Amino acid sequence: MLGISTARALRRGLSVSSRHASCLVVAEHDGASVSQGTLACITAATKIGGDVSVLVAGKNASAIAESAAKISGPKKILAVNVEGLQLSENMAKAVQSMASNYSHILTPSSNIGKNFMPRLGALLNASPLTDIQEVVDESTFKRPMYAGNAIATVKMADPVKLLLTRTTAFDKAAIEGGSATTEDVTLSEEDTNAGLSEFVSESVSQSERPDLTTANTVISGGRGMKNGENFQMLEKLADKLGGAVGASRAAVDAGYVPNELQIGQTGKVVAPSLYVAVGISGAIQHLSGMKDSKVIVAINKDKEAPIFQVADYGIVDDLFKVVPELTEKV
Amino acid sequence: MRVLVGVKRAVDYAVKVRVLPDKTGVDLANVKMSMNPFCEIAVEEAIRLKEKKVAKEVVAISIGPKACVETLRTALAMGADKGIHVTTDVRTDQGISPLAVSNIIAHFAKNEEADLVIVGKQAIDGDNAQTGPMVAGLLGWSQGTFACGMEVDGQKLILDRETDSGTEKLSLKLPSVVTADLRLNEPRYATLPNIMKAKKKPINTVDAASLGIDMELKNTVVSVEDPPVRKAGVIVESVDELVNKLKNEAGVI
Repeated sequence: MLGISTARALRRGLSVSSRHASCLVVAEHDGASVSQGTLACITAATKIGGDVSVLVAGKNASAIAESAAKISGPKKILAVNVEGLQLSENMAKAVQSMASNYSHILTPSSNIGKNFMPRLGALLNASPLTDIQEVVDESTFKRPMYAGNAIATVKMADPVKLLLTRTTAFDKAAIEGGSATTEDVTLSEEDTNAGLSEFVSESVSQSERPDLTTANTVISGGRGMKNGENFQMLEKLADKLGGAVGASRAAVDAGYVPNELQIGQTGKVVAPSLYVAVGISGAIQHLSGMKDSKVIVAINKDKEAPIFQVADYGIVDDLFKVVPELTEKV
Repeated sequence: MRVLVGVKRAVDYAVKVRVLPDKTGVDLANVKMSMNPFCEIAVEEAIRLKEKKVAKEVVAISIGPKACVETLRTALAMGADKGIHVTTDVRTDQGISPLAVSNIIAHFAKNEEADLVIVGKQAIDGDNAQTGPMVAGLLGWSQGTFACGMEVDGQKLILDRETDSGTEKLSLKLPSVVTADLRLNEPRYATLPNIMKAKKKPINTVDAASLGIDMELKNTVVSVEDPPVRKAGVIVESVDELVNKLKNEAGVI
């Protein structure tokens, strides 16, 4: 006697062996809660359809999982209470050990995701897609190529589809209203320790300001800022608007600000409600990191600067005059 | 130590690409091609290891059509000792997967008895950023992506890498795969004497099809389109006007 759902499937002419999508989101977190990028990734997973599970790994995993259970969308939060999964060789092994339960494995397209996900692809003989910005259906996704100057629609054929999600392309899942169950997962030493690398130290820039990749407002400086001290002027404006400070590659190369402020094809990708480009000429590579911003303002004394071609509002004037005035009047 | 460096022939970074009207891909006809900028940085790091007498030999590998020989000659002119050209006629921006590329590089890493593989962190055509960690996974080696500094210390590689919030230092067991980020080094220009010398250095040619590696695409590009065009903006004459528009027209402050 056939089960009810099998009988229904046969009547609809569906293959009884087709399974619903089942997504695993490998979360990023700061030791307390999952990142904004992870919330956007969860949205992408819910668009694929099927059940969404979230994997939280680290020293405090169970506690983080408890708060993650309130995120709207996921059915299950899995906690792996093991340190050392921030090393990509270990994370790849751990996720590999769980991969057969899922049709899709997703993580934000960050320096963490891009570190372990391709390695996981090698272990699973699967080809990930980097930087997906749209879910067309459960096998088809759009992603940028050539610094975002071409958008490719790609169909995936692997049984487990590995996806890196572009943080700025998906709305963040709500952090309440969810009712996922939490489950501690125990993995073996073999599945969590490749024994190939060791963490030595880190140097993290501390800031009271919002995270650059998810801030609602970004004030960004380029070579026109002339030195690092002048960035204080941008910080004042950012603080008045509750925003973050970013920079072009030229400003970083010139030593005005540290690397992690760089916005562009090979830096951070941002899409805030308001992006103010100060003394930035607008090279192709910079545009690819910010052209999806909702409103773009350009302040540059060169009226031929390419940035004016993407700006919604432009002021052709000396930034050292405009920025203080703008800070005063907003 | 023997170092294998991957170099990709890709669209020059200054080119403004256009999408073909039939949406099959970007128009590459008569477009300036160059060594991918991150591959240049990878080659430079390998040559510095040779100059420090840490590396004995640097081998450059490139996958693609006949013109890849030029890319290999550039690597040789920078100081690499020999080149491997794996030939294929597919479009290398979308017609060959990172997995196939990684399998090819892993194959030669074993063949050439490399202790270190260095590739760029991403190619600026596909922007996939996968080859490095994939090669490491296939070989079961340690990996250091987005490298901004590296030092060989006996059987270990002490590596600084860019993270999303700053940098971190890792200790990797050799053999290892490293991907070069922007700030790892500043690549040298090949001098004329070195360009002449490079003409005499050997390049082995191997047909990709002869390697027994699955080249079938699991991810197929269905179409390639222009990105959405932004509406044209306006130049405002004063800060007052700007603030007014941001508040009342755009509603963002």
